Amino acid sequence: MAIRRGRGVAAINYPTGMNLGGDPTQALVHSTPTGNFMVTLSSVDLGQGMKQIMAQICAETIGVPTDRVVVDTADTDTGPHCMGTFASRGTHRAGNAVIQAAKEARQVMLEVAAEELEVNASDLETDGQGNILVKGAPQKSISIFDVALSAHFKRGRSISGRGMFLIPRSYPEKETGAMKPSTCYAHACTVAEVEVDDETGEVTVLTVKNVFEIGRALNPKMVEQQLVGGSWMGISHALYETTEPYYPNRDHGGTDFNQYLMPGPGDLAETEIIVLERPSADGPYGAKGPGEMCANPQIPAVANAVFDAVGVRIDTLPITPERILRALKAQAAN
Amino acid sequence: MAKVPVQFTLNGSEKAEFIDSGTTLLNALRDKVGDTSPKGGCHQGTCGACSVIIDGELRLSCLTLAETCNGTAITTTSGLAEGGVLQPLQRAFLDTFATQCGFCTPGMIMAAKVLLDHTPNPSRDEVVEALSGNICRCTGYEPIIQAVLTAARANSQNAA
Repeated sequence: MAIRRGRGVAAINYPTGMNLGGDPTQALVHSTPTGNFMVTLSSVDLGQGMKQIMAQICAETIGVPTDRVVVDTADTDTGPHCMGTFASRGTHRAGNAVIQAAKEARQVMLEVAAEELEVNASDLETDGQGNILVKGAPQKSISIFDVALSAHFKRGRSISGRGMFLIPRSYPEKETGAMKPSTCYAHACTVAEVEVDDETGEVTVLTVKNVFEIGRALNPKMVEQQLVGGSWMGISHALYETTEPYYPNRDHGGTDFNQYLMPGPGDLAETEIIVLERPSADGPYGAKGPGEMCANPQIPAVANAVFDAVGVRIDTLPITPERILRALKAQAAN
Repeated sequence: MAKVPVQFTLNGSEKAEFIDSGTTLLNALRDKVGDTSPKGGCHQGTCGACSVIIDGELRLSCLTLAETCNGTAITTTSGLAEGGVLQPLQRAFLDTFATQCGFCTPGMIMAAKVLLDHTPNPSRDEVVEALSGNICRCTGYEPIIQAVLTAARANSQNAA
């Protein structure tokens, strides 16, 4: 009986969004009289940072600082339609819709500025600081604040735009079953090191080293948060989380997260995150969806590490001490 | 049901309320006094999101009856900043991006404050121990641990 060490590796690719009856999200953008911009969505920010990312995308497209953008989310009675924030689709689908809406609003903004400056709208550019300048003659400029005032009170224009992004439904080919479930994939690879006590079946995760390829990281710090937390949730899937022994009979089952075990701060393993950025062709500024993907490769990596350590293949999650001991017993019997 | 008077100090200011007997301190703070910085996560003392400091000790406001707090001094996360200036602990949470969805953050900060009040230069293990009663569903423990260690370093530099 001994503590045995093992190392496992796994790689995955993971689709951004899903493809059931088509996968749309719509967005509306409009300016206030003082040149702030409002993004209206039905998409939900449940803590993943959607509001921040949509503000960045709208600001980048229109050419204003991010703090000039307000994002209103999650009223499905009044907002433009969104399929929802799931399937790692929020940034990709809503972001593309926001870009389209912001482009239309930007065009109206430039047209009003062109009338004020008595130039052609195609000769104008934004400085990202809230001003519109004539290309090559930046001394001729107008603030977006003044453009919005003009649009509202003088020109009778609505600086606004409509955006929609749709991944159309993909039907399988009748002969082969081939279809295109997604247009955009994120990728990841994980190496996990574990110690397995072959007397108690307990697994201790020593290190988790992850490489994630997630397109463009629109907000690198928030991406890092998502990936660090997700990596540890992957370990949690592999070793701890289960609705057993209740499922499928729920009579005496847990009713909330208190009875659904997840690791705490004392269970952390040394975790390394490396981000590779390969901008996606159809993502907003090259983004993909890192949300769910980042909690996946740790699971097969841990299963492989357990196999490397004690020579048994556990193919049911979570990899509990009981399952390891039963497998070791079966192995010894053979 | 008869109302019960309760008086305590919240973040330095006197509070007096009439509450229903049996009201938890969490509900009294949030619904009566209007301080929503303690969060109601599990309402049964396992998640730590409702943590407050009562007379210098870390307590779960969801398991504390408000009427037992008469005459105490209560500190919540909303009372830490002075004149809009964040305390080093709050600043460290910001600087190390130690919040993700943010729901557990006030409880984490309360737990960390009590630790640093008693142990100004904690080891990593001591930080982990101090935070072990607080659940982060985003599993972002590592940046939170780093935030507490960063705040401890900032405090010791200020003291030196």
